[in-house]
Amino acid sequence: MAVDSEGRRFWRSLEEYLETPEFQEMLHREFPEQASEWTNPVTRRRFLTLMGASLALMGLNGCSTQPAPREKIMPYVRQPEEIVPGKKLLFATAMPLAGVATGLLVESHEGRPTRIDGNPLHPASPPGSRDDAEVGSSDLLMQASILSLYDPDRSQGVTYRGQPRAWNEMLVELRRALDKLKSQGGEGLYILTETVGSPTLAAQLNELLDDEHFPKAKWYQYEPVSRSNVLQGAKLVFDEYVNTYYDFTKADVVLSLDADFLLTGAGALRYTRDFMSRRRVRTRQIKPAEVKMNRLYVVECGLSNTGGVADHRLALRASQIELFAQALAAELNVPDAPKSDKKALPDEAQRWLGPLAKDLRQHAGRCLILAGEGQPARLHALVHAINHALQNVGQTVKYTVPIEAKPVDHGQQIAELVKEMAERRVKVLVILGGNPVYTAPVDLQFAEHLKKVPLRIHLGLYQDETAALCDWHVPEAHFLESWSDGRAYDGTASIIQPLIAPLYNGRTAHEMLAAFTDAPERAGLEIVREHWRDWWKHQKRSGSFEEFWRQALQEGILAGTAFPPRELAPKPGWAERAAPAAPAPSAAKGMEIVFRPDPTLFDGRFANNAWLQELPKPVTKLTWDNAAIVSPKTAEKLGIGYVGGIRAVSGRPGPNGGEHGQAIVDVVELSYRGRPLRAPVWVQPGHADDAVTIHLGHGRWRGGRVAKAVGFNAYALRTHEAPWFDSGLEVRKVPGETHVLACTQMHHNMEERAPIRTASLAYFQEHPYFADELTAGETEKPAVLAQVPGPQPRGRAEKELEEERKKDPDKDRLIPLTLYKDADKDFAGASKGYQWGMAIDLTTCTGCSACVVACQSENNIPVVGKEEVTRGREMHWLRLDRYYDGEPFDPNRVSVHFQPVPCMHCEKAPCEQVCPVGATVHSHDGLNDMIYNRCVGTRYCSNNCPYKVRRFNFLQFADFTTSSLKLMRNPQVTVRSRGVMEKCTYCVQRIRIADIEAEREGRRIAEEHLLTACQAACPAGAIVFGDINNPKSAVYQCKEEPTNYALLAGLNTQPRTTYLAALRNPNPELIRPQPKRGE
Amino acid sequence: MPQIFHRSFNTISKVTIFGAVFIVAGLCWFAAIFYRSSYVTESHLAFVQPVPFSHAHHVGQLGIDCRYCHTTVETSSFAGIPPTKTCMNCHQQIWTGSTMLELVRESYRSGQSIPWERVHNLPGFVYFDHSIHVAKGVGCASCHGRIDEMPLTYQENTLLMEWCLECHRNPENHLRPKSEIFNLSWKAEDQTSLGQKLLHEYGVRTPHELTSCSTCHR
Repeated sequence: MAVDSEGRRFWRSLEEYLETPEFQEMLHREFPEQASEWTNPVTRRRFLTLMGASLALMGLNGCSTQPAPREKIMPYVRQPEEIVPGKKLLFATAMPLAGVATGLLVESHEGRPTRIDGNPLHPASPPGSRDDAEVGSSDLLMQASILSLYDPDRSQGVTYRGQPRAWNEMLVELRRALDKLKSQGGEGLYILTETVGSPTLAAQLNELLDDEHFPKAKWYQYEPVSRSNVLQGAKLVFDEYVNTYYDFTKADVVLSLDADFLLTGAGALRYTRDFMSRRRVRTRQIKPAEVKMNRLYVVECGLSNTGGVADHRLALRASQIELFAQALAAELNVPDAPKSDKKALPDEAQRWLGPLAKDLRQHAGRCLILAGEGQPARLHALVHAINHALQNVGQTVKYTVPIEAKPVDHGQQIAELVKEMAERRVKVLVILGGNPVYTAPVDLQFAEHLKKVPLRIHLGLYQDETAALCDWHVPEAHFLESWSDGRAYDGTASIIQPLIAPLYNGRTAHEMLAAFTDAPERAGLEIVREHWRDWWKHQKRSGSFEEFWRQALQEGILAGTAFPPRELAPKPGWAERAAPAAPAPSAAKGMEIVFRPDPTLFDGRFANNAWLQELPKPVTKLTWDNAAIVSPKTAEKLGIGYVGGIRAVSGRPGPNGGEHGQAIVDVVELSYRGRPLRAPVWVQPGHADDAVTIHLGHGRWRGGRVAKAVGFNAYALRTHEAPWFDSGLEVRKVPGETHVLACTQMHHNMEERAPIRTASLAYFQEHPYFADELTAGETEKPAVLAQVPGPQPRGRAEKELEEERKKDPDKDRLIPLTLYKDADKDFAGASKGYQWGMAIDLTTCTGCSACVVACQSENNIPVVGKEEVTRGREMHWLRLDRYYDGEPFDPNRVSVHFQPVPCMHCEKAPCEQVCPVGATVHSHDGLNDMIYNRCVGTRYCSNNCPYKVRRFNFLQFADFTTSSLKLMRNPQVTVRSRGVMEKCTYCVQRIRIADIEAEREGRRIAEEHLLTACQAACPAGAIVFGDINNPKSAVYQCKEEPTNYALLAGLNTQPRTTYLAALRNPNPELIRPQPKRGE
Repeated sequence: MPQIFHRSFNTISKVTIFGAVFIVAGLCWFAAIFYRSSYVTESHLAFVQPVPFSHAHHVGQLGIDCRYCHTTVETSSFAGIPPTKTCMNCHQQIWTGSTMLELVRESYRSGQSIPWERVHNLPGFVYFDHSIHVAKGVGCASCHGRIDEMPLTYQENTLLMEWCLECHRNPENHLRPKSEIFNLSWKAEDQTSLGQKLLHEYGVRTPHELTSCSTCHR
């Protein structure tokens, strides 16, 4: 366990905290045990059987004398003007998710979209690191949706009860049914959509429901993870639906009530960027003593990423958060606030109220309170009132008209629809997107009642649960194949344009709806274009529509469509409308159950995306599974053994999990409202006691090979009355049953070497160089650093250094402690050219993991599957380590630190010294090159890498056979095969291309044109990459910061990747002294 | 006890041991020759193309510039294979009835590409960029040879890594004035001094930089 200068201990799992012998053993292995052998006899035999044939073929293949296989060249017949073979093109479009659009810039190679980034001009995807960057930031769902586009499991044709049919046959049947309904004004026609954010789709639906068509038809919306509560809360206060968004650039103090605003929801990228812009500490212009940071308080139940970066975090059960808000409102004297019972809150929450209220009051107009979508509407109403009372409205809080085309209460909508179906009033049901059979509240028995509808038509990306119960299924076009439109969190409209013609003959919702009208074959482009042409005519803008349309497509936004902010105040009587309905549930009624969208699979729609399945969940680091997440104390109470069986109250013996990524955990039976559900348990420090969080989106029974049979289905407990949390949960351990979870948290461990350095702002102001710890022989430091390019550390005060030198045990040594030869003068240090380096700011990193998926997409990194992850073989080049510090048995004292670890590109790389074939060597610009064609797979390099950043293709992980996946690959990066080592290259392909372009034009590389994939994705701007020989570069300036430190610097590897220590800004009045470690 | 081996075995074994050195050396020599032979490298092998296109005729006799067809050679990694439209620019007017060109016309009518055999075939882990070579004063002929004299196109050089490195280590031997890049018959009068001059003028990187692995492999 690592200990920092302030005596803080950092740990990654409970085993590490408790220091078990198994953990110690694990530390001394590189690739975890069993990583290089097939211990499961069945797998081993099957593998040998399978390999028998392919080995023989491989032998023959190896005999081929020609270095490259013969190929054909298929030129265009008429080459499109803008396409230059070998060069990428960028197209602006947008990604709709739950009714909100985020701007995209999609990279296309000869007509194949290969990669997704944010659109820098779009308000919801601003560049994180520099404003002039070529691309904007992105989140993990945006990044991974390129894989969904090429997913070979997507539905590939129209079916009628499972049999393939033609689109026209569907049209005929639909027309026949519609003709019957037409005479009754469309009574019996029901349309179910997800949240509609597309103005064109809304206009089409409204047209369909007008007097000339089907006035008695009904349109319902249902989205399992909706913003209903947010909108209903606004309605309680303002008596109308209102969209709320925030300006974090003006907020000095932020209080989040169960809102994971840095990771999820509309505008998360913009919020992260703005929030972190107030947290980035740079001392180039100002003295450390004058540095200011914003402050974040988080009150939440489960540990989220936002909670992880908070300055203060309070763990309350989800139901207690409303009580807390009421008490806070009382403390702040908010007019009309409901009565509160402070006494019902835990002690720690009561202790918070005074200092928090004081801090907020002092920053009135410059603070911000926000609540999560999982909290009830009443709480949202109260939060609006508090923000109003603190004069934040118009400053940090902005109100506009809703971005949804028709705001509704989704729970109520689906309940009404089911009622109609049960009463057999539904003659034709058209489901446009969504998967209600899987996601609808379990108590409504949607599937049961759906069967009563005579004609059921489903439009969806997959042959999923809903498709199976519908007569007709029509494959939906992916958004990268569609013409559509959408609105961002602030109302800015974007046109969604296709990057490729539908791969599987998909149709969009627009085209589907056109089938209801007299022009059934209208193309999506025409429909969307016509809508905006009408809009443009109303606007009475100058210029031609053609010009406007082209600009909209090119920029990805329709200029001036953001909704203007509105001045709103709580309407009188809001307090009565928002009065607490029921008395607060007490702990006596069992435990609390909390439903959350999965951090990577969302509501389950991404379940067939292997990148997202294998991406370690940002906090738990679980892959390919979900679990019932409980706090250590609750686990103890339930008699659940921890991971690894430590303190196994169950009495189950010893070492079996946590390490190696193979966590063998207990299984519990959750019973809630009479419904049982079995789930593996994950013990999560920082989670509120007496509550269980379960993630939606797993446990699919149809919808693709990847999606099926992964995890358990949390929807099986979710009712329409309590979609987010409720009490009354019974938890019982299932004796003798265990489950294997694949968790990467303990892979690639770096032992006790203080990888994370952190301090409070106050401590930093006194000791700016706190992170620059005495690691190498201090006396040798100048000699060592002289060989490293980039800024020379400005260093601490000479006196301070003198003190440390005296303490240095090696001060009398004459020969520097190094195994390496001095830097070759030809090499890095001496060069005047580009020298690439990276700095990662741990203060601003939120651990959102977008960088990991961005890297995976850019570098053709394969997935390996759950089985292989449990052997420690996952291939992500960039990993996000998560460390805890504090006391695991007190959820309020757990804080979290995230640390992205790519290859360090050491000046004196240990891996290079041991490669017998020279497959990893230094380049002239300081990169630690990996040459796949030379690699023979000895794995010496990864044994010798202290940072554990090398990944080995133990098996043939890359898919060379699925043709649709071939289209997706980045043509600039080699696809690696079995037996080859790989690792982060600093996106060398981008460096070389930028270099060639600059050389050709006789200029230097412009920094804004050269971003690594992880840097481009990062909304917080935490990753900075550039030329460390150039004092004007951002990375040089980062490395000059006093908080700059190198990982494991004492090994004298001289890494090119360095870190800026994490700073937090706690409220002095809320700090408690760190307690002694208690067992 | 009688001797097992005849006395002559002494001589035989000496010759064998001595000869083994030559046999091993011979095998190595053979392997080296074989590896560089056109059997392996496919150099100087003309492939049967769907349309027997002759560079000798189009470039050598008619004098069409390389860039008329290979349009992206100065801007992209890939020099570009002309679309059927480029062929038809002329062949709509001349040789319109030629049976040899039937496939070209068919392609233009049907929209199906002409499936050319790739002549210069690099492995997937090598990333060659035409544009930077052209920009830095490497002529077409330096790698492709006298294309203007080839009736059917073949690969002039081995394209082995040692061949690439030969130039990356000594670029001055292969540089030419930018005006002569597309001149296939150009010969330097004094390559040594010209090379040094151009090396400086074009800012060609040092051999150390040009031979970094990631310059070509990534």
